[in-house]
Amino acid sequence: MLENKEKTYTRSHEPVFWGLFGAGGMLTAFLTPVMILITGLLIPLGIIDKGNFNYQTIHSFATTWYGASIVLVLVALPLWHTLHRIFHALHDLGIKRGRDWQQVLSYGFAFAVSVFVFTLLLQIL
Amino acid sequence: MSQKIIEIDILRYRPELDDEPFTQVFEIPYNADMSILEALQYIKDHLDSTISFRWSCRMAICGSCGLMVNGVPKLGCKAFLRDYHPKKITLEPLANFPIERDLVVVMDDFIKKLEEIKPYIIPVKNEEGKTKCLSDGAYQQTPEQMEKYKQFSMCINCGLCYAACPQYGLDTKFTGPAALALIARYNRDSRDAGSAERMKIVSQEEGVWGCTFVGYCSVVCPKGVDPAAAIQLLKVESSKDYLIGMFKPE
Ligand code: SF4
Ligand code: FES
Repeated sequence: MLENKEKTYTRSHEPVFWGLFGAGGMLTAFLTPVMILITGLLIPLGIIDKGNFNYQTIHSFATTWYGASIVLVLVALPLWHTLHRIFHALHDLGIKRGRDWQQVLSYGFAFAVSVFVFTLLLQIL
Repeated sequence: MSQKIIEIDILRYRPELDDEPFTQVFEIPYNADMSILEALQYIKDHLDSTISFRWSCRMAICGSCGLMVNGVPKLGCKAFLRDYHPKKITLEPLANFPIERDLVVVMDDFIKKLEEIKPYIIPVKNEEGKTKCLSDGAYQQTPEQMEKYKQFSMCINCGLCYAACPQYGLDTKFTGPAALALIARYNRDSRDAGSAERMKIVSQEEGVWGCTFVGYCSVVCPKGVDPAAAIQLLKVESSKDYLIGMFKPE
């Protein structure tokens, strides 16, 4: 039977999370292998000089404003990516109960850690 | 030379007789150029006339012969025995749809979704609210403009992508691959002015945001429509729309 009245459509806020998910995914895909290569292979194998990666150098990098923003982006975006994926994986596994709580916990965690890292970085700046 | 045979298991369900679906086994003469649809017709003509299945064109254009072949959504007329022989073939009705009878499924929800997205060109209106008159001549389109939507217009509404889609399987509220691809088909057409209306459907939770980019729809599509790509394009459109909406609330 045909419904005559126009349906009401509710806009989803998913673009926000999808945007963070996409950006985080890009970072993870392109930078994680490089980081693993450097810290997991090149440095232990002595191909890159360990001296460049001591605490002082990294610390002074993280205390510049651009260094701090890079660290923040590198931690926060992959985190948003991961938790978005976990949130949707819960749906894919058919866990229907407490969808709103799952959402609050997933994105809440990503948000909390992002804020945490942000404050930490502000403090050492 | 003895005639080769092939075994075909068919999931049967006759609502007036059976409490639940059961498998019936058939053996038919194997022929390399025989399609699954022809095999079904052979069974109906020679072995069991009570078996029900849909078909019409026999050439992958009407979209009515969709079914699961060994668990994969296929068009019966476009899948051939030679690709399975000497192994047996298992035929089941399209997944994610209720069974009406034997290999026939209830497609009402799918059809409703196709209708809902306004699958026709909504023409531009002039200042007086009138659309271009026939006597003003045809709408012109460059090959580039046509290229933007042509692929998405190849859909034959067979529903294989819905049988493939795990998200539709979990929740049939999801608009689904073919209907969303059809939205892309019309929204990307230079002659159409209905984007705003259709974007309301796109931007819902049940619209493109129900999709997690599994991509199996595009794998099973017999016409190369690539609904997954259409949905990704629409996700970008919906995100742009969302951003604009933040600065310009209606
Ligand atoms: S998009 Fe492909 S699989 Fe889906 S209904 Fe259309 S032709 Fe069939
Ligand atoms: S019979 Fe028409 S598509 Fe197969």
